[in-house]
Amino acid sequence: MKMTVIPEVSAPPAKPSVAEWIRKNLFSNWYNSLLTILGATAVFYTLVNIITWAFKTADWHPITVAPLLFMVGQYPREELWRVGISVLMITFLVGLSWGIWKHYVRPFAIFLAILMGILAIFPLQTPTITLPIRAFMLINPFLIYLGYRIGKLRSVQGRYVASLWLVALLLIPLVILPGFTNSSLLPKVQTTVWGGLLITLLLSVGGILLSFPIGVLLALGRRSSLPVVKWFSISFIELVRGVPLVTILFMFSVILALFLPTESRIDRVIRALMGIVFFSAAYTAENVRGGLQAIPPGQVEAAKAVGLKNIHITSLIVLPQALRLVIPTIVGQFISLFKDTTLVYIVGINDLLGMGNAVLKLKPEFLRLQMEVYLFIALIFWVFSYFMSYASLQLEKALGVGER
Amino acid sequence: MSDQVKDEQPIIIARDVQKWFDNFQALKGISMEVKHGEVIVIFGPSGSGKSTFIRTLNRLEEHQRGTIIIDGIELSHDVRNIERVRREIGMVFQQFNLFPHLTVLQNITLAPIWVRKWSKDKAEEIAMQLLERVGIPEQAQKFPGQLSGGQQQRVAIARALAMQPKIMLFDEPTSALDPEMIKEVLDVMVGLAKSGMTMLVVTHEMSFARAVAHRMYFFDEGLIVESGTPDQIFKNPQEDRTKLFLSQILEH
Repeated sequence: MKMTVIPEVSAPPAKPSVAEWIRKNLFSNWYNSLLTILGATAVFYTLVNIITWAFKTADWHPITVAPLLFMVGQYPREELWRVGISVLMITFLVGLSWGIWKHYVRPFAIFLAILMGILAIFPLQTPTITLPIRAFMLINPFLIYLGYRIGKLRSVQGRYVASLWLVALLLIPLVILPGFTNSSLLPKVQTTVWGGLLITLLLSVGGILLSFPIGVLLALGRRSSLPVVKWFSISFIELVRGVPLVTILFMFSVILALFLPTESRIDRVIRALMGIVFFSAAYTAENVRGGLQAIPPGQVEAAKAVGLKNIHITSLIVLPQALRLVIPTIVGQFISLFKDTTLVYIVGINDLLGMGNAVLKLKPEFLRLQMEVYLFIALIFWVFSYFMSYASLQLEKALGVGER
Repeated sequence: MSDQVKDEQPIIIARDVQKWFDNFQALKGISMEVKHGEVIVIFGPSGSGKSTFIRTLNRLEEHQRGTIIIDGIELSHDVRNIERVRREIGMVFQQFNLFPHLTVLQNITLAPIWVRKWSKDKAEEIAMQLLERVGIPEQAQKFPGQLSGGQQQRVAIARALAMQPKIMLFDEPTSALDPEMIKEVLDVMVGLAKSGMTMLVVTHEMSFARAVAHRMYFFDEGLIVESGTPDQIFKNPQEDRTKLFLSQILEH
């Protein structure tokens, strides 16, 4: 048999040169060129206006005068070291996690290190940011790097670091920050004076970490064959989803307090956190249920056929696949939760937004500076939210290996 | 090959097994006894209940009437009995049903580690031997999605064998495969049959039946229409429905 040799054709160039790209996409004909020039001018003037406003017109005094208010609210300044210790614990753990889980944590670790570094040297003409505070900030990047080096050691295992995280996340909000009534080392600090970013992070991290497992259990409960479990899950999910978060927060902060005797009154921050956890758990449950439904029945059959028990089928086969599928939705939901924590302002908790409003009333001349304050707060929220969605993308990429 | 079949108590006893899906009766009274080391081929038109029947044997489907006794254990609502039976029965599915989030090696070692409580090292050692046996040891660290259909089905066979079952069920193991991959899976199955494994195979691969089956069962409309040795079935089928069906699948 005679074979015709087909000459090999080289693939077309993957990327055109910059000049070619510009010509093709921006100046392909006269009206495209016109639009390009008009558009570029508009962008240029907007940028110039924003920059002149930010650096000349805008008055950033509310932020530079009271940066600590935004960060921790009225937390007693002589007890500030406790917040400091908490931050050090967390940065060190972030470093350790970076060393162990590598690329999952790396972007967050680097972001945190850079942020702390910038904050340490940021020029603020205010007596509240003393040299020790700046020095403390500057320790953090090094601590992250130290943690990273330690985490890379072979003897350091993931589960040790995970349990350290658990200890820290319990210790910080329950022991270090609130303290005890009769302690001289850690005197009681009422949550009424906690505020700012501290509260926002506490509510959102607490909300996410607590609502996630509850939501997963509710999602599994909804599919359970036990009628009591099933109907409890369904009624919980449907009841909570039918009510706005504001209503739930009011219920927990006002009605719960009315029904419970005064001496057993639960702390108001915890009440707000409970409301957030309830709300978020119901939504997590529905999102996770979507993932559970997407798992083909053959997976469960195969797992049964090799003799796995139900609990192992769920934990080793179904959940890992279902949760991977719903990472984007769940992270999206957690980003909403993070922003929704600002609603606690209406039940009298001074989160980041609440602190902003308080700062505006600090001096009469601040009252007209709402734009600056809200922009600053928006920037903080944006940085965290953007970071969460970036981390979710990284996680999806890392877990996408071998997907069918 | 019948000399391999030991003359003793049957390992599978099914008596008058009946099964309904809502009002549709899928199994109308199936009785079958299988001895150690026997290779049974079950064939028949789609919807004839052949898959449903072998799925009742490891309780992926629940039978509503009749008795099923596997290796002396009767299948009932007793969960512990079901677990014991499933440990003794391996199953291979038409759609492979590998766990896509686990590597090939993890797919195979999962049940031995969690059900048989073997150490990870022991489970992996045996998994590698099994991968060797099905001819793809080099794929151990890959994910199922990175393998061809034939390779995936061979991993599925290795996964079922890792539990060291006494019985292997095959539910149309080659039906979802491209033609050029069918042979590599059948070769593994033939090897398994020759090693003395008790096998129930739902398939239309008549070459496999000719080569290794001890008995064949023709199912239609939830009943066993005819059974016999491959010789009897191919050369001298008694029932018209069997003749018609065989002529349809053997034509090409």
